[in-house]
Amino acid sequence: MAVATDTARPASKSMSIIVTKGTLDWAYPPFILSTTAAAMGLDVTMFFTFYGLPLLLRNLDLHLSPLGNPAMKMPLAGMHMGMPNLASMIPGVDAAATTMMRNMMKKKGIASIQDLRALALESGVRMIACQMTMDLFEYTLKDMIEGPELGGAATYIEVATQSDINLFI
Amino acid sequence: MADQTLDAKGLNCPLPILRAKKALQTLAPGGTLEVLATDPGSVKDFQAFCRTTGNELVESSTEGNVYRFILRRAG
Repeated sequence: MAVATDTARPASKSMSIIVTKGTLDWAYPPFILSTTAAAMGLDVTMFFTFYGLPLLLRNLDLHLSPLGNPAMKMPLAGMHMGMPNLASMIPGVDAAATTMMRNMMKKKGIASIQDLRALALESGVRMIACQMTMDLFEYTLKDMIEGPELGGAATYIEVATQSDINLFI
Repeated sequence: MADQTLDAKGLNCPLPILRAKKALQTLAPGGTLEVLATDPGSVKDFQAFCRTTGNELVESSTEGNVYRFILRRAG
């Protein structure tokens, strides 16, 4: 039997990811994994819910906060500096941390979320926007990029039952 | 000589893999792609990529701090 795929593998594997976090740092794992899995021939579905949903907005405005994250230690002058929770209360500190992270990522050749998201769509990753979250935060598909469809828990569960890998991020 | 060369130097995970996949798609089955990268993680990642996709990793070498891979498109 000849299968006309560039992977020359009989049946493609599949992966689903529930995307629940929308900060600049946490936006990365789902998009890195989805684009890579698609490049490796997997059928990928991403389900965007709660704070993951804004990752589908046309205009991404991603930020991060060191608040409540003792593991976030930024390289600084040869050392690694954490930030006490209290510092995050000071106006401008979260913005400075976000800028610092963006600069570090650019310097290290890390793709932007916009680019990874476009690559994911281009490589056929299926994206589902959680209908309930859309209602809750008062978004419509017009606020979102082209490509995502609407769905609910049952839509996701159906995908999950057919997937080899199911991740919650 | 490979049929095509992809310069992925300075790019970090997962970009070398994503760019390589795109480049492979432009090749005919059996065609070869040379990838140059500086991401140390790409060494293991190209092995895993090829094992999973059926493309062949013909060569994996290091020159200074540049990693060089030759991939042959499955076909």
